[in-house]
Order: sequence, then C-alpha cells, then structure tokens
Amino acid sequence: MTPLLQVRDVAKFYGGRRGCEDVSFDLWPGEVMGIVGESGSGKSTLLASLSGQMAPDRGAVIYDTRDRGPVDVRAMSEPERRMLMRTDWALVHQNPRDGLRMGVSAGGNVGERLMAVGARHYGDIRARAVDWLGRVEIAADRVDDRPTAFSGGMQQRLQIARNLVTGPRLVFMDEPTGGLDVSVQARLLDLLRGLVREMGLSAVIVTHDLAVVRLLADRLMVMKEGRVIEAGLTDQVLDDPQHGYTQLLVSSVLQV
Amino acid sequence: MSISGKMKPGAGMTEYNFAYLDEQTKRMIRRAILKALAIPGYQVPFASREMPMPYGWGTGGVQVTAACLVPEDRLKVIDQGADDTTNAVSIRKFFEKTAGVATTEETARASLIQTRHRIPETPLTGDQVLVYQVPIPEPLRFLEPRETETRKMHSLEEYGLMHVKLYEDISRHGAISTAYAYPVKVEGRYVMDPSPIPKFDNPKLSDCPAIQLFGAGREQRIYALPPYTKVVSLDFEDHPFEASKADQDCALCGSATSYLDEVIVDDAGGRMFVCSDTDYCRARRAAGHVGAQGVPHEEAGA
Repeated sequence: MTPLLQVRDVAKFYGGRRGCEDVSFDLWPGEVMGIVGESGSGKSTLLASLSGQMAPDRGAVIYDTRDRGPVDVRAMSEPERRMLMRTDWALVHQNPRDGLRMGVSAGGNVGERLMAVGARHYGDIRARAVDWLGRVEIAADRVDDRPTAFSGGMQQRLQIARNLVTGPRLVFMDEPTGGLDVSVQARLLDLLRGLVREMGLSAVIVTHDLAVVRLLADRLMVMKEGRVIEAGLTDQVLDDPQHGYTQLLVSSVLQV
Repeated sequence: MSISGKMKPGAGMTEYNFAYLDEQTKRMIRRAILKALAIPGYQVPFASREMPMPYGWGTGGVQVTAACLVPEDRLKVIDQGADDTTNAVSIRKFFEKTAGVATTEETARASLIQTRHRIPETPLTGDQVLVYQVPIPEPLRFLEPRETETRKMHSLEEYGLMHVKLYEDISRHGAISTAYAYPVKVEGRYVMDPSPIPKFDNPKLSDCPAIQLFGAGREQRIYALPPYTKVVSLDFEDHPFEASKADQDCALCGSATSYLDEVIVDDAGGRMFVCSDTDYCRARRAAGHVGAQGVPHEEAGA
C-alpha cells in the first residue's frame, strides 16, 4: 500500500523567521493525523504548505493521485493543482466565512464544487445539495437560505458539506471547532467522526484543542517553534507524553 | 488616406484631429482591437483616455468608434435601441462635429453602429461594425471581487462560479431571472459579458456576419467577436436558455417578433408596448404595418 500523502522535510520561512522546518510524515488512506501545538508553533503554516495555499521553501509533498500515482504537488501545473484542490482535496477553514460564499444560498454553496467540475443539471445539483445538508444535520427547508442566516455551528457544518460533496479523499482542517461553544463542538466532532469513518477519509487536523484530537485523530504530532517535537499514536502521546512541552500541554488541560 | 496627425490651422475642423482622438491613441486602441479579434471574448486592457463625457455615458464605445472611423463611414448611434435618446443624440453630434462623417438612423445604411444595450432588429451584414458600450466587462465581477482571481479563473477556464449565479436565480425565482447582461461562452473558451443587452438579443451575437467590438472606458478593457463566431448562452440542461421578450405585439407597428419597451402612458396603470428599435418600427410603419394603437404612416405625417 502507498501512503496517500508523503511529507518529506517540509520547511517554510518568513524571511529569516522559521514558520516550520524538518517536518516529515506519511499519511495512510483512512488515517487521521492531528497536529497540536500552541499559537505560533507553525501548525497553520504547515497546513497551508501541505494544502497548496502556500508554497513551501523546501521539501516535498507527494500525493497519491487517482490516475497518475504519487506526484509531488509542488511539481504539478497550476490547473492540475487547482483541480485537485476542488475534487480530491477539501479544506475546512477555522472561520466558516473564509470557506463559504456568504452571498450565495446554502444550496449554491454546496453545489459550487459540483458545477466547478462540470455538473450542469439543476435538479441533480439541488438533490445532491439537499442530501448533503441532511448528512450534516441542516434541515432541507434551509437550502435556499444564505449562510448569514445560519448560526456559527450551522455555518461550520455547511462548510463541511460544501467540501465533502465531491467525495474527496483528503481533508485539511484548520481548527474546525474554533469559536464554537462546547455542546455544538461535541455535535460537530461526532458528525465529523461519523463522516470520516463512513467515507474512509484521510484527514490532517490542526488544532490547539487536545479533546478534538483525542476524539478524531489516529496519530498525533506535537509542534513547538516550527518543529515537530513529539509524534506517535494519539493515546500514546496524550497518556504518556515524553517531551517536557507535551507534558506541559497535557497537564494544562482543565479537568472538570 | 487624407487623415493627418497634425492639426491644420485655418481649415474647417481646426480644433480636433479627425474623430477627436490623436493618431497615437487610435493606434494604441487599434492594436487592442486587433488583439481582441484574435482572441475572441478575451478582455484586452488598453489605456483608456479621458473623454469629454462622463464615465457611464459610453466613453469606451466612443473611443473604439473613434479608432475605427474613416471619413467614408456612415455612423448610426443607438441607445436602448432608439436613435433619439440623449446618449445617442449627443454621441452622434459629437462625431458629426469632430469627424464630420455622415450619419444615419437606418440600420441597413450604416457602416458603423455604436450601441448601448441593444442589437438592432435588422440583421447586420459583413460590411458593418457594431460597437458596444460596456459598463462592467468582467462577467464574474459580482461573484468574485478580486481582479487577480478573476483573471486566473479566465486563464484556467474555471467557470463553475458563473453557474452558481444561474443556480441562485433558479433557486430564488424558479427560473433563470437574469434578463440582461446574460453570460455567454465564446467559441467554447472565454466566458464573456455581452454588455447589458437583453437576453433576447443573445442569439444574435452568434454567427453574426458583422464585426462586434466591446469597449469599456472606465474599466479600460476592449473585447471583440470576429464575424461568424460561435457564442453560446450559459444554462442548465433542465433549465435551458430562453430568449425572452414581453408577450405582446408592438402597439405602433404590430411586430410580434421585435424586442418591446413597456411605456407607462397615464397614472391609471395604462401601458403600451412599443418596439425598442425605433428605426425598425419606423420602417415597418412606412411599409404599411399598423399596430393596435398606431395610426397609418401617412396620417402621422412622418
């Protein structure tokens, strides 16, 4: 079996300042990788470098494409990369406003990816949009409402539906539960876990919330100052942290 | 050709070069036009000049017309199909004064037609040029505000977003309600804004023997359709494009096939529908056609 995503020695610098450096890992089909760390530790830089939003300064991001096998994403032509980003990949932003078109109805938001890959039958597009809204627990009668009329949690679920409608294989999530209250967070996590398992998705999830990775991630990387300081199975890292910083991180979580 | 870049003091037309613009500017605009014709539907940037009229009054169209005019031309200017509205009259006078070319109101006799928001009803021929005034040349503008992004979308042919707009129309109104500036795809490549012509006119864009030039002055873009270019209006398989018009006949000439303007005639809700193309309507009445509220041509004294 080939890994879905092979990350080799990725580095990104902002001038002389390090964004992230020496990051290497393999992501296998159906696996969820969590990346945790404090603010400014380079998690988001890493995610942007992997997901094609930013070009890394060094290293390789090799994706196992459906038709051509493993290809370095950096060596792809731009049309190819953008095509990949709207079919096989999905990107869930922390702020749903970054990932949604706020002036377009929920159905249009979900349908956009379908239309971008050539769907031209209104009835079919709408049926799939309604189906996906159902899967993320948004009532079918909200299909013509704009996201501005939705609560934060609904907006986030709409963003997930919009991303998953083309049946991607790899999802990048940047703080998917940020800014949501705990009960909404719990439902969203439950939903995400269900979708990831059901669709056999691979995912890279960046978060500062250890509860999120505990629930979703199979493996975990802990970052500090742009470097990976500890990596391993989620339960192993969280229950038996080896690095001093990971111990601090785990012990900082409030027990209720 | 007798046109010179220099002004001729003492001659009849001393204040301006022929057709107002200097020859260097015309040359620059012609180069943009040639490029636009070579890449149908592609928006070519050009260094739009200040014109002696406000933006939105057809500065783009006027510059394209000025660059195309030769002294032998016969010019027709229409605004919403009419020859006698402010915009049409002032631009026609402008070129009468600055170029001294002959003008006409008859579509068939004109060699160059500048238009705002309509394509004449009379079919155009191969020796005519149609110049459109364009307010917003970018069809994706109201969906994607970033110019860098829309350029990239054009270059990579990412036009899914255009269908999102049509999707929104159907989901909100049950049908594609976009009635003017209806987006088209040119030769299977570029998506183009046909300027705010009613979608009734969209089929006339395709396979037209005349050269069609589009000038946007404020946005500094020129694009073009060479003769016999294939132009397709975007639609959905289950909601096909429909060239719609008011479901009436012209009250003056009785035409059932021309595009109609709705005119409010009193304060009691009275209205009449008349051809928006005044030349077409006049010609029909002269040929003896009379609509429901019209009077025979001779009695009208025209």
